[in-house]
Amino acid sequence: MTTPLVVLADLAAFALGPILAVGVIQRTRSVWAGRRGPPILQPWFDLQRLVRKTAVYGHTATAIFRVAPWVGLAAAIAGGVVVPILGVAPLLSFPLDFVWLAYAWGLGRAALMLGALDTGSAFEGMGAAREATFATLVEPALFLVFGALSLLTGQHALAGLLAVQPTSGGDVFVWGASVAALTVVVLIEGARLPADDPATHLELTMVHEVMVLDHSGPELAAIQATAALKLALGIGMLAALLNPWSGDQGAIGLALGCNLALSLGLAVAIGSMESLAARLATRDVPRYLLGAVIAGGVALLGTLWQGAA
Amino acid sequence: MRALAVDRVASWLPELGWRDWLASPEVGRPVAVFGRNAGDGRVELTAVLDHGVDGLAVVATRVAAGVPQPSLAAAAPGLAGFEREIHEQCGIAYVGHPWLKPVRAQGADSAAAMDAYPYYAVEGKPVHEVAVGPVHAGVIEPGSFRFQCHGERVLHLEIQLGYQHRGVERLLLAKAPGGLERAVPLVETVAGDSSVAHAIAFCLALEAQEPVSAEVALSRGILLELERVGIHLAGLSGMAADIAHLQAAAGYGRLRTVVINASMRLCGSRFGRGGVRPGACGYALDAEGRAGLANAIATLKHDLPAIDERFFGDLAVRRRFVGVGVLDMKRATEIGMVGLCARASGVRVDQRIGGIYEQFPLPSTTAATGDCWAREWLRMREIHESLAWLARVLEGQPGWARGPRTAFSPGRSRLCVGVAEGCRGEVVYALETDAAGDVVQVKVQDPSFRNWMGLQVAVRDNEIADFPICNKSFDLSYCGHDL
Repeated sequence: MTTPLVVLADLAAFALGPILAVGVIQRTRSVWAGRRGPPILQPWFDLQRLVRKTAVYGHTATAIFRVAPWVGLAAAIAGGVVVPILGVAPLLSFPLDFVWLAYAWGLGRAALMLGALDTGSAFEGMGAAREATFATLVEPALFLVFGALSLLTGQHALAGLLAVQPTSGGDVFVWGASVAALTVVVLIEGARLPADDPATHLELTMVHEVMVLDHSGPELAAIQATAALKLALGIGMLAALLNPWSGDQGAIGLALGCNLALSLGLAVAIGSMESLAARLATRDVPRYLLGAVIAGGVALLGTLWQGAA
Repeated sequence: MRALAVDRVASWLPELGWRDWLASPEVGRPVAVFGRNAGDGRVELTAVLDHGVDGLAVVATRVAAGVPQPSLAAAAPGLAGFEREIHEQCGIAYVGHPWLKPVRAQGADSAAAMDAYPYYAVEGKPVHEVAVGPVHAGVIEPGSFRFQCHGERVLHLEIQLGYQHRGVERLLLAKAPGGLERAVPLVETVAGDSSVAHAIAFCLALEAQEPVSAEVALSRGILLELERVGIHLAGLSGMAADIAHLQAAAGYGRLRTVVINASMRLCGSRFGRGGVRPGACGYALDAEGRAGLANAIATLKHDLPAIDERFFGDLAVRRRFVGVGVLDMKRATEIGMVGLCARASGVRVDQRIGGIYEQFPLPSTTAATGDCWAREWLRMREIHESLAWLARVLEGQPGWARGPRTAFSPGRSRLCVGVAEGCRGEVVYALETDAAGDVVQVKVQDPSFRNWMGLQVAVRDNEIADFPICNKSFDLSYCGHDL
């Protein structure tokens, strides 16, 4: 049930969530490094600064390069409307909407990759190739998780899947494996460690960052907003999956409060993980992603056990 | 820290004998080989050889300018770089040289020469080329890196430098008539992070005739080891940042500030500039200075082990560094690697012998594996060894006053060589005078000139995403190479 109040809250979360998610992660990293760190709202100030600038284009860049960031942002928003970011209700919900989410984001990624290739730079081509490889490997994980949760809950919409309340041991098994797989997917979608490093300056190791090297001004702002929005939505999804009151229409306040607390905790957890773990070698990333696929597969097989029991 | 002054006239060998001499490994390790257009239609070629504990030796010959010479590089790959430089500076064509390309852009048409640079290319449809630089994404020096890749695997890397060529040798030569002792500030800027090592090597060459007192040598040794600790800490911090190891990056980075600030309190510069001068102590050490230095050393000794453990004890770090960017001992010897990178491959090359290191020996550690791990581990070891050395030499040290500036002259018909072990390896300065006592050549050699080849070899068959850590583990200087 989507009341006007929930819609307003969701819209607010769409606007503030991305900034806070990135801000909290940055602040957590600063604390671990023994520094004071930038203000929590620094990502917002960065976006404002970028929007004021004029974009610069390379000689080889065509319209694809200019359009790509906006397609990416539009796709992230369009896909995101089905995500119950606050654990209560999404803006929009329909059967099999998780397919919509996956492929809307896939479209955004394809646009970004085309924009990168459009520059004609060897770096950006390399980044696009890595992004494509990683995306190919996480997509099965995402669908295995959604499939498993769908079998477990009997629901076909994302909000329903994420509102799963594990009761039996089999439930917990499927749920736990799903959380593990989804965490990896969220970290990959958000271009975070240990597969990608948003803070690196090394062109040759970048994945997401190198694809956007040539972008500037408002278009760079759009790309950064896209990444932040996907991260915030991912965190919201994970929180909804963990939240014991997720989708509980009888306890909207409790569901919302719990989701916010869990989201904050997840952002701090991601920041801490990034501070304490080193980045994986590129050759090890496929193995890490395969772990997510296996976790998704385990979740799906777990539902069989659940059905037999 | 070693110096040598030889009579120029006594060191001539016949041309053929010189070549045989240089190509045979038992005559000693070539430290520097360089040429000079004598002006009488002949080119003078000089080689400085290292005989280990027996000291340095110089052999030289004269060849006719414009006559092609047989290259020794195929038999002794370590000489390839020297021959390229002589080819560029003296116009000698080397026959049979594997890749006689420019070392650094020189002359009026340098920009065009750099644009038309003939990069080595690998043919084949699945091979792709990645060009990095000369302008990089970070605030670092310019250098062009051309990778030939198959997927993520690097088949070949070619590094082209020279973008920072400032004509240091020419500038130093121009300063000579007014007294070379005034050139120390210029020498300190040849490679900014090796200011102390360059200044010491230069002063050693200048003073080769009349060695300085133990006090002066000690004042230099302290700054040199501080510089080594500071740059090694910066290297470790950068290496940690490159693999996103936040805490080691922040921890080592913080301690580097402690070290370079200690340098500043001693001589007024965080890079040790002004702390080394010919013939005298460049800075005063009093009770307060000694206490400050001891304090900094104590801070490091207290804080380092925890950071070391977190960094070197982390399995993820081990996974990133072990077996990556391997330069084995055979290759390292062949190429003529020097300094830390050579020692990490098991080659015992260390100029921290003689001078103050005779009185206070410093253990020279080597590692066997020659990978990124060995180079980082050795950096960490050298930091601890240098700190222990500093603590030992400061014990009961009454201090000294700043000395006056003294005029120095290398003498007539002399070749004076000074060698100091900087944080990257041996820094070599050679001064040559004619019969009238005028300086006719100033030769500068930074260890990076020898070591860049090692990086090119080490990244082969590694994945291209690991190049930054290979590069950082060698931690070479661009401007030191480019002069």
